[in-house]
Amino acid sequence: MCLAVPGKIVSIREDRGTRMAVVSFDGIEKEICLAYLPDVDVGDYTIVHVGFAISEIDEESALETLQMFREIGALEDELAMNQAAAQTAAVEAVDPVSTEPAQ
Amino acid sequence: MGAGDAGEPDFEGWSCPLPLRDHDRVVIGHGGGGKLSAELVEHLFLPAFGVAPEVQLHDSAQLDLSGLLEEGRRLAFSTDSFVVRPLFFPGGSIGDLAVNGTVNDVAMSGAQPIALSTGFIIEEGLALATLGRIAEDMGRTAKSADVALATGDTKVVDAGKADGLYINTSGFGIIPDGVDIRPERAAPGDVIVVSGDIGLHGVAVMSKREGLEFGTEIRTDCAPLNGLVADMLSACRDLHVLRDPTRGGLAASLCEIAGAAGLGIEFEETKLPIPAEVAAACSFLGLDAINVANEGNLVAFVPPQSIDDVMAAMHGNEHGRGATVIGTVVEDHPGVVVARTAFGSRRVVDLPLGEQLPRIC
Amino acid sequence: MKYLDEFNDPELAEKLFAEIERTVTRPWAIMEVCGGQTHSIIRNGIDQLLPDEIELIHGPGCPVCVTPLGMIDKALAIAARPGVIFCSFGDMLRVPGSSKDLFRVKSEGGDVRIVYSPLDAVKIAEDNLDREVVFFAIGFETTAPANAMAVHLAEQRGLTNFSVLVSHVLVPPAIAAIAGSSTSRVDGFLAAGHVCSVMGTWQYGPLVEQFGLPIVVTGFEPLDVLEGIRRVVVQLEEGRAELENAYARVVNTDGNLPAQQMVEDVFDVTDRQWRGIGEIPLSGWCLRDRYVDFDAERRFDVGDLDAPESALCRSGEVLQGQIKPNECEAFGEECSPRTPLGATMVSSEGACAAYYQYRRLDGSSVDLVRT
Repeated sequence: MCLAVPGKIVSIREDRGTRMAVVSFDGIEKEICLAYLPDVDVGDYTIVHVGFAISEIDEESALETLQMFREIGALEDELAMNQAAAQTAAVEAVDPVSTEPAQ
Repeated sequence: MGAGDAGEPDFEGWSCPLPLRDHDRVVIGHGGGGKLSAELVEHLFLPAFGVAPEVQLHDSAQLDLSGLLEEGRRLAFSTDSFVVRPLFFPGGSIGDLAVNGTVNDVAMSGAQPIALSTGFIIEEGLALATLGRIAEDMGRTAKSADVALATGDTKVVDAGKADGLYINTSGFGIIPDGVDIRPERAAPGDVIVVSGDIGLHGVAVMSKREGLEFGTEIRTDCAPLNGLVADMLSACRDLHVLRDPTRGGLAASLCEIAGAAGLGIEFEETKLPIPAEVAAACSFLGLDAINVANEGNLVAFVPPQSIDDVMAAMHGNEHGRGATVIGTVVEDHPGVVVARTAFGSRRVVDLPLGEQLPRIC
Repeated sequence: MKYLDEFNDPELAEKLFAEIERTVTRPWAIMEVCGGQTHSIIRNGIDQLLPDEIELIHGPGCPVCVTPLGMIDKALAIAARPGVIFCSFGDMLRVPGSSKDLFRVKSEGGDVRIVYSPLDAVKIAEDNLDREVVFFAIGFETTAPANAMAVHLAEQRGLTNFSVLVSHVLVPPAIAAIAGSSTSRVDGFLAAGHVCSVMGTWQYGPLVEQFGLPIVVTGFEPLDVLEGIRRVVVQLEEGRAELENAYARVVNTDGNLPAQQMVEDVFDVTDRQWRGIGEIPLSGWCLRDRYVDFDAERRFDVGDLDAPESALCRSGEVLQGQIKPNECEAFGEECSPRTPLGATMVSSEGACAAYYQYRRLDGSSVDLVRT
């Protein structure tokens, strides 16, 4: 149900009417049934489960997701930094370097 | 790169020095002790093993150990049987395994192997070219390990048994005085080192196994490690533990040692040297590289004060170039091996119940 | 590996852990249904590193473990028949039936072969026309298209010596059964990403409506699992219950239509027994009557092998998060990874098997908190 890994289509052929492909997993090559992805082509990446390609991988979506992960917490970090800076400024306003209190 | 290229034997290249009678396959008579057997030994095994034709054969090999006994008075003695299928796999054959396997077992005691025995159980019908090729592999491998194939035996069984060929090898060496290598010597603080990339042999063999076949550039790491061990001992006589992680992989070796020593082991997953293609094969089969067999790899437990010298010695040897520190021995969780993941969590590494099987979920 | 390694990045994982920590304010129990996700969680120690407020309950997501005892016994009976070549995924070999497993049958002379793909079994049938070849067709919806194709090709090629022993199970009814149970503690679900790559996400909307629980379609790599958890937590904290897709690079709303069509052609819905849970109506697939010739259950007449589950086993309660594995009396005693009684101990990713490992660590002084 679950174990499906991404691989790249290296070549495509027909076996008695069924579309088959050689898929490469980082150099490991296996023959995979492509019958369920009639529109994919050589060079595309697919998810492969028990010898069948069951879904194409959307590169753009993958990159977007990773970018979102990179940005997670960035807003909070920025806010936290701003807050820290603001606090420092507030402390300095109340207790300036000179001994004269603020008016 | 074609799926079937790597490791396929070239039988065209094998030629018999003196022609056997007009059999091209092993028959029951070859194990009978009569003329056919003698021919098999004389024309197939002896030339392959590099034994000069004028050497007289007796019932047992007679070896002069004087000189060697000055180094030490303990024998390291090991036996192993080889039933691998397929007989030929990328980078090697059952013959290479049979020699290196026992050479390495002896070397893991700190001894240099002196001589091996070779026992063959052959299935009737096996092509003589196949047997000849395997015998040649053994001769060549023994030469590179500097060990003699001193004695042997051949039996032939009915077709349908023995999967083509089973080989047993036994071997021995002298353990030098001052060397004491066994799991009980592991001590808290010992540094754990692997000599190179893991998972290669298992993946190479699996790639040719019926039902799983896949194309790969990966070749077995099958190699004799006695030279590496000698270099390591020169750097540190007091190595504590050596083990070659064959079946069950690195995990099995670490678990066995932790159990025997009654100590804990902790290692960093990120430090394991796993080649990208091994990782990919394990990914698509649902296996863990630490459970995959190796045949040219060793794991060493080194006293911390000697680790730099030992690492230098390993990197200077052709079979230790990829040597990497992966963990340490600890007093915590005695008998249990713990892996620290890339994320900072810890998990227990256990002995798998049996053979690793590809999974779907 | 491309599209895997990037989603294993420890630095990005750190960010996600921190974000979850920042978001959570009170305890939540989240269930992942898929065995692959359970594997990823346990292997990477994700549950150790999450804030204490978040409890992960490992659901019945492993089709191997939930295959009922009776079905295993049928498989063993068929595999033991002389002349039969019994083909199976590797996972099933060690699953115990009432008295033995497929490994034992193999050692007793049965021709049991591990295959990577159902098509390998078809090939074995083509290469051995004088033998009966049986394929153990288990799995969730992810595996069904592959199993269906095997039947389809066998029919197309006129392979009269090929048959399948079908034990397919479905995710949505399992979620419904758990969410609908009065004793369930689950606050939100991670739906199985690869099941959804085949079936789409549309089946889960009605479940969200019916039970008012968030469901997030989730992938398998550590970052994917963390993102799924994060989205569930955000919804729970905000009092929302919606369907979300956190595995968009692979999953879309409709799923894989050619695959669904083939499944529809070959399989029909049926009631199924789930090991450790009991019967869930309309929770499985069986062969359509049209393909009766390929049904191993009928070809081999093992139809009435029904074995009762162990009375000691409480895996159903574990699967719903009602008890922890170590609260079961049999845990570590009659029931262990070596001698499993139920679904959750059979697989190394089952909750009970996982607890078995942690128990050993607990007995010593290893600090499990992230250092």
